[in-house]
Amino acid sequence: MVPMGIKDNICTQGIKTSCASKILGDFRPPYEATASALLTEAGAVSIGKTNMDEFAMGSTTETSFYGPVKNPWDLSRAPGGSSGGSAAAVAARSCWYAVGSDTGGSIRQPASYCGVTGVKPTYGTVSRYGLIAYASSLDQIGPLARDAADCAAILDVLQGKDPRDGTSLDGQYGHLLEGLTGDVRGLKIGVPTDCFGDGLNGEVRRAVLAVADVLKSRGAEVVELSFPVMEYVVPAYYIIAAAEASSNLSRFDGVKYGWRAEGYDGLADLYNKTRTEGFGMEVKRRILLGTFVLSSGYYDAYYRKALQVKAVIKEAFDRAFETCDLLLTPVAPATAPRLGESLSDPLQMYLSDVYTVSVNLAGLPGLSMPCGSDSRGLPIGAQLIGPHFGEGRLLNAAHAFQSDTDWHKRAPKGGEEL
Amino acid sequence: MKITTELVDYISELSRLSLPEEEKEAMAAQLERIVGYMDVLNRLDTAGVEPMSHVFPLKNVFREDEVVPSQDRAELLANAPAPDPEAFLVPKAVE
Amino acid sequence: MTWETVIGLETHVELATKTKIFCSCTTAFGGDPNTHCCPVCTGMPGTLPVLNKKVLEFAVKAGLALNCEITRYTKFDRKNYFYPDLPKAYQISQLYLPICRDGRVDIGGGKTVRIHELHMEEDAGKLVHDPWIDQTRADYNRCGVPLIEIVTEPDFRTADEVIAYLEKLKETLTYLGVSDCKMQEGSLRCDVNLSVRPAGSGELGTRTEMKNLSSFKAIARAIDYEANRQIELIQEGKRVVQETRRWDENKDATYAMRSKENAQDYRYFPEPDIPPVELSQDYLDALRAAQPELAPAKRARWQADWGLPEYDCQMLTSDPTLARFFEDTVALGAPPKQAANWIMGQVLAALSARAMEPKAMPLTPPTLARLIALVEGGALNRNTAVKVFEAVFDADGDVDAYVRDHGLEQVNDDALVEQAVERVLCANPKSVEDYRSGKDKAFGFLVGQVMRELKGKADPRAVNRLLRDRLA
Repeated sequence: MVPMGIKDNICTQGIKTSCASKILGDFRPPYEATASALLTEAGAVSIGKTNMDEFAMGSTTETSFYGPVKNPWDLSRAPGGSSGGSAAAVAARSCWYAVGSDTGGSIRQPASYCGVTGVKPTYGTVSRYGLIAYASSLDQIGPLARDAADCAAILDVLQGKDPRDGTSLDGQYGHLLEGLTGDVRGLKIGVPTDCFGDGLNGEVRRAVLAVADVLKSRGAEVVELSFPVMEYVVPAYYIIAAAEASSNLSRFDGVKYGWRAEGYDGLADLYNKTRTEGFGMEVKRRILLGTFVLSSGYYDAYYRKALQVKAVIKEAFDRAFETCDLLLTPVAPATAPRLGESLSDPLQMYLSDVYTVSVNLAGLPGLSMPCGSDSRGLPIGAQLIGPHFGEGRLLNAAHAFQSDTDWHKRAPKGGEEL
Repeated sequence: MKITTELVDYISELSRLSLPEEEKEAMAAQLERIVGYMDVLNRLDTAGVEPMSHVFPLKNVFREDEVVPSQDRAELLANAPAPDPEAFLVPKAVE
Repeated sequence: MTWETVIGLETHVELATKTKIFCSCTTAFGGDPNTHCCPVCTGMPGTLPVLNKKVLEFAVKAGLALNCEITRYTKFDRKNYFYPDLPKAYQISQLYLPICRDGRVDIGGGKTVRIHELHMEEDAGKLVHDPWIDQTRADYNRCGVPLIEIVTEPDFRTADEVIAYLEKLKETLTYLGVSDCKMQEGSLRCDVNLSVRPAGSGELGTRTEMKNLSSFKAIARAIDYEANRQIELIQEGKRVVQETRRWDENKDATYAMRSKENAQDYRYFPEPDIPPVELSQDYLDALRAAQPELAPAKRARWQADWGLPEYDCQMLTSDPTLARFFEDTVALGAPPKQAANWIMGQVLAALSARAMEPKAMPLTPPTLARLIALVEGGALNRNTAVKVFEAVFDADGDVDAYVRDHGLEQVNDDALVEQAVERVLCANPKSVEDYRSGKDKAFGFLVGQVMRELKGKADPRAVNRLLRDRLA
């Protein structure tokens, strides 16, 4: 009986599932997501659904229709997003662990801002059945917990092929918890220099590079390498994610479930009013952007181009993993921003996803773990990226780091006693 | 590229969104900035690169043709905003 | 000036799978509204499609029979539009890499129609307006029923060619068993693209698309109407507008459908929820080898091997179940022509009297074959056999048991027949007199009396012979 939190875009039978959107109203799914069913079967007890950015679109959990989540380390700051509620709940010790979803960093970035460990698994290894889709080709469910060992235990339960998700596959990993030896001798850690250049906060840079030193002291080999596609990852990601989102969110029309606007005149008006009043600004922005990149005359220049760039990014990773076992990068350019600072400039918010989105584009596993704190006492996260099905390697390296450090043991005020 | 309010109208129509007039210009400006930034991709030569929709070599995932009982209708209709015992209701939609 | 009509067809055919294309709900026709539905086919959030293996197999079989190139690497795409009969607000279809391309169909009279492509997609739901509440009810039972859409090149010039193609298509698909092609249940639906041009012109005119054509008759009439409408427009100096028009069966006319906004912009893109399909050579070879014999081949074979008349061949291949019934009966030893006569006569009459489809027929080939064998062997005369047929048809009864229980075996004992002849001659001296004085009619009467004496069970040929001998 372990208490867990479930991000509110994961369907729970008979229990309100809102995606933090007005448009889902009081939606109670008549079915259960595979991920939550597996955890429940394994003895988890849900203590509640966790707040998030509306439809997982946002980097601060401020786009929620139900209001923002506060960062337990500093209540004037955002917890990150979109799985901000899950990360904050684990950091505040409200639950032992939580499940979130990660489309472009939505597990890793809030884990980083809140000082917890989070994993975005290899695409397809955790069933998406019952996860309300944002961008189907990028979405993945994963754990947020206090350390790598807990994440391993949760992933051991979550991973596996699901006959109801055609994109899921037999986990070629498993027994992750048993595999945590902490032995990283000979492991080759790649440090992409392109991820440590301009735009990265100095305190974050130092803390992340210190991870390399710890692993080196345990026998890992650290090599620098170039990853020359960094400037393309954010535009490619936002084109693909917005395109899929524009289609995935079309089903919310006030007919079958959820909220319906009042005072409409005819069918077209029902659609327009329900969707215009039911979606928040950020969601509408991405729907419009996605509709634009798919529309006649722009498809080739934007959507098709982004799919080509995706292939180039995937290839860049393939090349990196020819010489390295893992990559070490920051999770975010800086620590948690103040509430209310991010939404005014959407493009700036998108750009802050620069270190996380490429992992989703390439379908790779990525892990975020606490590796320091800044001068204000806010947690800093480091990201480890592995090749497909490299979860074991990823978690073992994190476990090795956490065996020598105690960043993951620190809790915000009020959470220490637990 | 220039994102005009006409273009915003067009994609809004396709998306079944109707932005109030006062939001339209702001949206056009934001989209123009975002789309302008996306033009960075044109710096990368992708001639001859096959567009990649599925990142995995996963293929041929099928289901057997065997009937499973359908869901209880009352459960399927329970979330409908316009209640009806047997169907989803919409304003007149038949020509 | 003479005008030429140019027509292309888009035909939607519902596949005869047991379950829907992306979920395990039944495809059975009818059912109370929304009772053949689940979270997947009603587009509930978080649900995902998983492709039915049989849909792929049926689409490939159809493509092979229509002489198409089979696409070895095929994918699904999303076609996005809002309408209440489409709960996800996108239809999963195929645009970029359809399963079959470049086929051709011989429609007789030396005419070949080219198939542009054949692709798999899901059907939409049904909308029924309720005037009492002034609301439309959406029923999603049909949502997700698998379809193939078969698109031809603009190769037709007349309504007759269109009908011949559809007949051929229907025959082919029903023989393959991939669809029942019932227009009245909507399992074969057709959109007609039509334009006109001056005869001899190499350019295509502006075309219109006609929808809601629910019978071959409607298709033929709509084509004639629309061609004339376009010709008249041009002759009046007006121009044809590219649009979708609806055929109104009652008014015998097409009219423009409310044009929705500007042009449609479906924003097709690759369906991320369904991995691509790659077909191996082995898979294709196996399906090719398993293709059933189609109607034209059967007709040719029956004519060549069994000398069956063309008319019989056409009748018996009008339905694949009937054709199989015929072949199975022959395989059990029935002479082909006898089997054909029984099926075209008694079997079709029995089906028609019961308003029954061949598929639902209770009678089995062994029963009919046994009945024919009894007649051929002289154990049963034909009139009695027809009675036995009627008696055993509905429950596929045991012919031998019925004949035995009702004492219907033909009397093949000459002594018994002779005794009956004796009795009849004694009882009818007048007729004997008449016969001897040359009145042939009297002979027929005497034969009838003997048959009656033997309760109809005698072989009429034996009665004739013995009576003639006795009177000689």
